[in-house]
Amino acid sequence: MRLFTHNMLSSNIKGVANGFPLRIEVDQVVEKQVDFNPDFLKNMFPKLEWKALVDAARTMGYTELPEEADSSMLESEDFLRKLHHALLELHLEEGALVCPETGRKFPVNKGIPNMLLHEDEV
Amino acid sequence: MSNRPELLAPPEIFYDDSEARKYTSSSRIIDIQARLSERALELLALPVDGIPRLLLDIGCGSGLSGETLTENGHQWIGLDLSQSMLNIALEREVEGDLLLGDMGQGLALRPGIIDGAISISAVQWLCNADKSSHEPRLRLKAFFGSLYRCLARGARAVFQVYPENIAQRELILRSAMHAGFAGGVVMDYPHSTKSRKEYLVLTCGPPSISTAVPRGKGEDGESCSEDESSEENQMVCISNRNRPQKKQKISRKGKGREWIFKKKEQLRRKGNTVPPDTRYTGRKRKARF
Repeated sequence: MRLFTHNMLSSNIKGVANGFPLRIEVDQVVEKQVDFNPDFLKNMFPKLEWKALVDAARTMGYTELPEEADSSMLESEDFLRKLHHALLELHLEEGALVCPETGRKFPVNKGIPNMLLHEDEV
Repeated sequence: MSNRPELLAPPEIFYDDSEARKYTSSSRIIDIQARLSERALELLALPVDGIPRLLLDIGCGSGLSGETLTENGHQWIGLDLSQSMLNIALEREVEGDLLLGDMGQGLALRPGIIDGAISISAVQWLCNADKSSHEPRLRLKAFFGSLYRCLARGARAVFQVYPENIAQRELILRSAMHAGFAGGVVMDYPHSTKSRKEYLVLTCGPPSISTAVPRGKGEDGESCSEDESSEENQMVCISNRNRPQKKQKISRKGKGREWIFKKKEQLRRKGNTVPPDTRYTGRKRKARF
């Protein structure tokens, strides 16, 4: 699972008002090379929750992202490269996602988060 | 026998390891899936500006439909209920991110972020109650409700569906309308039983010109002759594809005297007590017996 998917995911357990962002528990991180596409990043940027992304990248061991960001920084190639690496190249291979309200763990195996809910959570 | 997989077993059980592999190794299914997803992408009517969008593939399975999205340069997130199918997708090294989840439990996504959603031959699964806790109406409601929330305003969702009957089609459409979607059904080749395909084209937001439902292919009598020969039997159906088992050969006359002597000899060599060979051995009984 890449961080850009993590930035979209929120817990939808019944009764949880704010299931975002899911905390990451890391067992294994892998990096995969992906083609750099600035247009996609510019299109995605307004949709990102920046703080959640920075925190997630830190837990994955990538600390290059700045604390604050706004759309004027999209002009800088250097910033886009960092964003690209954090969003699309870091994969959480093994670990878990934890719901911020209930503490329920969603295990991540082979890069696939298991978001299935139990019957009493629907 | 019914060839609708929905009626055989719940999806996470039906698409087990062997079925998932079969599904993805059949070139016919791959071809159909690619064509369906291309048409779905066309109906999605994304602006043509070369910017990659974030799309959602619901019921992505082994990522056959996602491959079409990747080919068109989009990023996608795939959701499926079958672990076996997702394992195959991992093996095929698809580009998108995969989630194991049940669409009937609602999508666990933040609001307003997805630029479009497609789903190939998946939504009709929601019409079945596979567990005692399942209620198709509520599951459809949870699915369409959460989809409406996570789509960006004006975004479209295109579902290729195989509803079993009119009631199912109505149920799906009504749930979508209740959730706030505008849109309707686009039917390609409506007069051909085999190549007829239904697409549910839904738009997020109030009705406007952009929410008008596009026309289906081959609607006004124009034939679906473009490669008609290859369109034969297009329905993605899973029937029993195992080889028929060999039936035991028994000739009409039975096994015969020689065979009985041979068998008795074998048993004698093993040291069993075997009745002696006489002129009565292997003789046909009289009818009155």
